[in-house]
Amino acid sequence: MDISSTQYYNDLDGNQVGIKATIDGTEMFVPIDPANRHYAEIMRQVDAGTLTIADAD
Amino acid sequence: MSKAAELAALIGSQTALSNRNLIINGAMQLAQRGTSSTGASYKTVDRFFYSSSNLDNHAFTQTQQAVTDLAGFTNSWRITTTTAESAIAADELVYVAQKIEAQNLQQLAYGTSSAKRVTLSFYVKSSVTGTFSTNLYQADDARVVNSEYTISSANTWERKEITYVADQTGVIDNNNGTGFYVTWNLALGSSWKGNAATAWEAYNTDNWAGAGTYTDAVITTVNSTWEITGVQLEVGDVATPFEHRSFGDELRRCQRYYEKSFPQGVTPAQNNGVKGHSLYAGSNDGGSIFGFKPYRVEKRASATVVGYNPSAANANFTNSGSPVYNYNDATGFSAYTTNTSGSRALLNWTADAEL
Repeated sequence: MDISSTQYYNDLDGNQVGIKATIDGTEMFVPIDPANRHYAEIMRQVDAGTLTIADAD
Repeated sequence: MSKAAELAALIGSQTALSNRNLIINGAMQLAQRGTSSTGASYKTVDRFFYSSSNLDNHAFTQTQQAVTDLAGFTNSWRITTTTAESAIAADELVYVAQKIEAQNLQQLAYGTSSAKRVTLSFYVKSSVTGTFSTNLYQADDARVVNSEYTISSANTWERKEITYVADQTGVIDNNNGTGFYVTWNLALGSSWKGNAATAWEAYNTDNWAGAGTYTDAVITTVNSTWEITGVQLEVGDVATPFEHRSFGDELRRCQRYYEKSFPQGVTPAQNNGVKGHSLYAGSNDGGSIFGFKPYRVEKRASATVVGYNPSAANANFTNSGSPVYNYNDATGFSAYTTNTSGSRALLNWTADAEL
């Protein structure tokens, strides 16, 4: 899974609810849910030190 | 085996007479993402994926294929090598698989003295003859059992049946995570084979595949093909005839893991003019538009969402800005934008909750 351009995003109330990421060339909106395979892989790469997630705007 | 004997075996083994097949989309009827791709992972037929590790130069296509030479089946899933891997190094691996949700496997009673055997059956056709490896991998406890099958005649459909022993040690958690990988290996470096785990063992790379001599030629030969259909995994040690399900039944099962706003038969894409089951967003407070899309089938988990503009080559709402995905769980998602030129807009979408 090729992941880049990761950034948290917030809901209307300012709560952090997901990660915007480019995965295998497609812009995706990944929920913060350990059962989601994209979220799990993002966090695996973050834990391995190969990926960082930018703060929400 | 005669039909009467099959029925007697079914009744005698207390095997279910319907809903036997633990595999979803085993006849490869559904290909919601598209019918052809050069990419790995989930790209064409629903619920099945292609995976490789550490290859140097292999390129391939995966396709949902029309079948005309196997009675009762209309589709298969084909892997075609378009650039051959020159050699298979020790750490290289190629397999295709379907992951089965753990809570759908509780009837197997794994981790108890009542654990049950399962039998895998499938039709396979390849330009390559020889012996191939398969396995079941149990994700919660990282345990594996492997087996093999032989393709005797090139480019000819052959039915294979493999019974896997029960596991009285490893426990499959009762949740929405991965229970089994049901795996067919296509290339195996030496690190991935050598241990014939005919009974369940703790996974240790060398028991991913057995101790046989397995062909890698599908991956190392340009224009070689390997395709499969009629996949069934059922409780017990009898391979019964493939349980055909209706298109609508199979679609609903697949939609637990992947759903799209586009009609079936339409590959998700931007700017294709299709509105389908798109999200409709209306004026929220005059300064933004907002919409909620409930899924037709509740997802296994919160889904990854991709947006598609129906009328332009971007991921925005129609005539508006990029969506912010505000709310997202297994039942649906919402999106809004403050960058709008009107009071309403549409957005096509896909939602992926695959294992």
